[in-house]
Amino acid sequence: MKRRHLLTSGPYLVWMVLFIVVPMAMVVWFAFTDNVTGAFTLENIVRIGDYSNVFVRSIWLGALATVVCLVLGYPLAYLIAKIDPKYQNAIVLLIMLPMWMNFLLRTYAWMSLLEDNGLINNFLALLGLPRVHMINTSGAVVMGMVYNYLPYMVLPLYSVLVKIDGSVIEAAQDLGANRVQVFRRVIFPMSMPGIMSGITMVFVPSVSTFIISKMLGGGGNLLIGDLIEMEFLGNSYNPNLGSAISLVLMVLILISMGIMNQFRDEQEEDGGGVLF
Amino acid sequence: MNTGKKKTGALGRLYMALIFLFLYAPIVVLIVFSFNDTKTMSRSVWSGFTFRWYARLWEDSMIQQAVWNTLLIAVLSALIATVFGTVAAVGLYRMRGWRKKVMMNLTNFPMVNPEIVTGVSMMLLFVFMAQVFKLGSLGLWSILIAHVTFCLPYVILSVLPKLAQMDKNLYEAAQDLGCPPLQAFRKVVVPQIMPGIVTGMIMAFTLSIDDFVITYFCSGTTQTLPIYIYSMTKRRVSPEINALSTVLFVVILLLLVLTNLHGAKEKKKEAPAR
Amino acid sequence: MKQTKKCRARRLGAALLALMLFVPVCASPVQAEETGKAAPDTGVVINVYNWGEYISNGVEGSMDVNAEFTRRTGIGVNYTTYDTNEAMYAKLASGGGDYDIIVPSDYMVSRMIEEDMLAELDFSNIPNFQYIDETFRNPAYDPENRYSVPYTWGLVGLFYNTDYVTKEEAQSWNVLWDEKYAGKILMFDNSRDSFGIAMKLLGYSFNSTDLNEWQEAADLLVQQAPLVQSYAMDQIFQKMESGEAWIAPYYSGDAAILIEENDNIAFSVPKEGTNYFVDALCIPKTSTHKAEAEAYINFLCDPEISYENCSYIGYSTPETAAKEMMDPSITESDVYYPSEETLANTEVYVNLGDDLNETIDGLWAEVKMGGPGQVGELIAILVLFLALYVGIVIHKRRRRKRESAR
Repeated sequence: MKRRHLLTSGPYLVWMVLFIVVPMAMVVWFAFTDNVTGAFTLENIVRIGDYSNVFVRSIWLGALATVVCLVLGYPLAYLIAKIDPKYQNAIVLLIMLPMWMNFLLRTYAWMSLLEDNGLINNFLALLGLPRVHMINTSGAVVMGMVYNYLPYMVLPLYSVLVKIDGSVIEAAQDLGANRVQVFRRVIFPMSMPGIMSGITMVFVPSVSTFIISKMLGGGGNLLIGDLIEMEFLGNSYNPNLGSAISLVLMVLILISMGIMNQFRDEQEEDGGGVLF
Repeated sequence: MNTGKKKTGALGRLYMALIFLFLYAPIVVLIVFSFNDTKTMSRSVWSGFTFRWYARLWEDSMIQQAVWNTLLIAVLSALIATVFGTVAAVGLYRMRGWRKKVMMNLTNFPMVNPEIVTGVSMMLLFVFMAQVFKLGSLGLWSILIAHVTFCLPYVILSVLPKLAQMDKNLYEAAQDLGCPPLQAFRKVVVPQIMPGIVTGMIMAFTLSIDDFVITYFCSGTTQTLPIYIYSMTKRRVSPEINALSTVLFVVILLLLVLTNLHGAKEKKKEAPAR
Repeated sequence: MKQTKKCRARRLGAALLALMLFVPVCASPVQAEETGKAAPDTGVVINVYNWGEYISNGVEGSMDVNAEFTRRTGIGVNYTTYDTNEAMYAKLASGGGDYDIIVPSDYMVSRMIEEDMLAELDFSNIPNFQYIDETFRNPAYDPENRYSVPYTWGLVGLFYNTDYVTKEEAQSWNVLWDEKYAGKILMFDNSRDSFGIAMKLLGYSFNSTDLNEWQEAADLLVQQAPLVQSYAMDQIFQKMESGEAWIAPYYSGDAAILIEENDNIAFSVPKEGTNYFVDALCIPKTSTHKAEAEAYINFLCDPEISYENCSYIGYSTPETAAKEMMDPSITESDVYYPSEETLANTEVYVNLGDDLNETIDGLWAEVKMGGPGQVGELIAILVLFLALYVGIVIHKRRRRKRESAR
């Protein structure tokens, strides 16, 4: 018996160690070695300090995008969950449809909308309203994140909300809870797992994106992802520094995942395999 | 959630309409301007109707090559990841205790790790491998390994629940009746977990087709469609890119309608039987 | 629940691509018939890595240079593009790709020679080198002319929208720091060109080895950052043409598109002086098809091809034979073939050496993120996150205890 599961999962273990663990070890190795001599050094880690603005900006914009997604996505998921079940699938499908289009193309599309001479501004001008400068601001970057990752927030929320039993709500109402109380005491707590997985699914890609900021932020709104790309394949080649930055990013993400996991249902953790 | 109140209020409708406007406005703009007969490549001034950009797309051999590469990698990595992942899931399913915990963490790690870090780390490894084993440049092989690696967890996580639901007695019964383990696995276990396998394969396929970030770092000289689109946005952008988006969107929409019609038909077939 | 939905959705995307696959299959036989006299397919494909918008590609009646090469020699071309010297260097240095042809600029050629990244060319395979003008042979960046063959040359100058910016203003790099044009200014998205402008404005050499001078230039660029709409490379075409941006420094050759097709865009060479560059064809040491790559270089040096190519892309050819085929209105233009007087006020970039390159890369990252950061900030963030994590864990423990105590 024992030998058999070694036979079936052994190759998988080897594969994952080779292509997940070893590469991570290489990132750590690069982060702590000099780019010329290959000797051990802490210089790369120390140098990350120079880029603290980028970290602050990334986390700030990522958090902002996550909050906006939650604020926009919650009512939407709630509304969908309340619709006649006949139409629910169709609506969910419509929410996801834009996601099947390549995300580079979707982000690119926003450029033509947000530009100073773009469609939104032309429309405003037509109405006699003043033009608004939108493209190449951090606002545009947040908008790009919200646009790209909103479905990741709506879907988990919806799948939790739709499962809430109507009789629970009725029971609460019978016990004299008003609408606000029902929401605060019943619906909201019950949707917590959805909120948490939504937040994770939006925050992680937002913090580490390197395309959205490039396209909508005009290259001046540098984010962590851009920095890593710059060090590996961009304008300032230094894989050692890039590895150090990747390492810090990874640590940041893992800590925030740990925080998120604290909010999850204990039962879920029993399944095993949720990090930490 | 069924609260008995099925009608959505006017405010709710307005809200949904606004969200859909937000989600679809850029796509509509892309599509409309793919027909724009412009000389100055403007993205926001309409100057006549043309099919020119579609014709140019048709002639673009680079795009065709990129599509071919994308499909080749997607098919191969989906197949490999599915077979590999299913076998691994069976092993994982039998595991217990700390071993299982380690394996599950290993499986979950690539899913929570930022894509860019995964991409960068793999690039470091592949470059090292290429130097040590004289593999030449990064290319199809490195993209393939990368895609198999990030698809595996998805396959495993869609097969595992099906294994848990499976009736264990059947497998043992088959063995009691003299069926060799491999055959028992193939004839008894596989059919039961098939839905999970199919789901995993489809996910792997579509993840592979759509991936940009990891591929970007592991692609070497090979171009996939997302990589090509990226290089398109960096050059002097012509409405060709809009035409490409439109083609992609229309095909998706068609497939969507087709599968939904198909699904509806099957439901009707099932209905009288009940 | 969510997963199955997502899958269903994604399955469609897959099928879509399956459909697209049939497009090329249907299209190819027609093309084969058109080029009946093509050379037999050698089965060799060379990887060409060139700047974006830097080859005649068959659009609007121009020659498709790569297709023509394949037709004549039977050698396939896998053509990919980059947008800055530094990005190309990173891709090669990281080992991320083996290319057979690259087109670095002068200073990058010498950097790559120094770092032993380029293969020595076999000039017997490149007979068309004879057409390269004497002035372009044995250049400073490749003194013995062993590694490179000039592709095109040009100047860095200012493109400006004449509806908003006057000709007088555009005679100085200072206009890029003019607050009047805040949000309408584009800037190079690479360190060497951006720093070059700042250095000239300060009256320094592009090739200064004085760190203080580079620091001053960086300060000037940080000062400019709030006025800059976007750091861009080839995106400037679209941004200038649509009127989204009004002033952009860029390479003179691109006037062929920007000026010829837009009445309200003009080009100027600022009086403080500018960069004169030569982009050269090279073969990286890692190339596995060196002979075929040399055939490609030879093909591009054919005066007829050089003429076709340069007429389309607008950059200046280093071959008199090709130049003579061109329309006099182009060869006499000070934009495409600048006068001695203009050229006198130019300077070539020289490779600065590893240490200085790294310093400048660091300064450049600083410019793009708007000034240097503080180590303390980063540590504070990490501590904050950890504290939050630990805080929540402790809070939960306590609550659980309280609950179990009940």
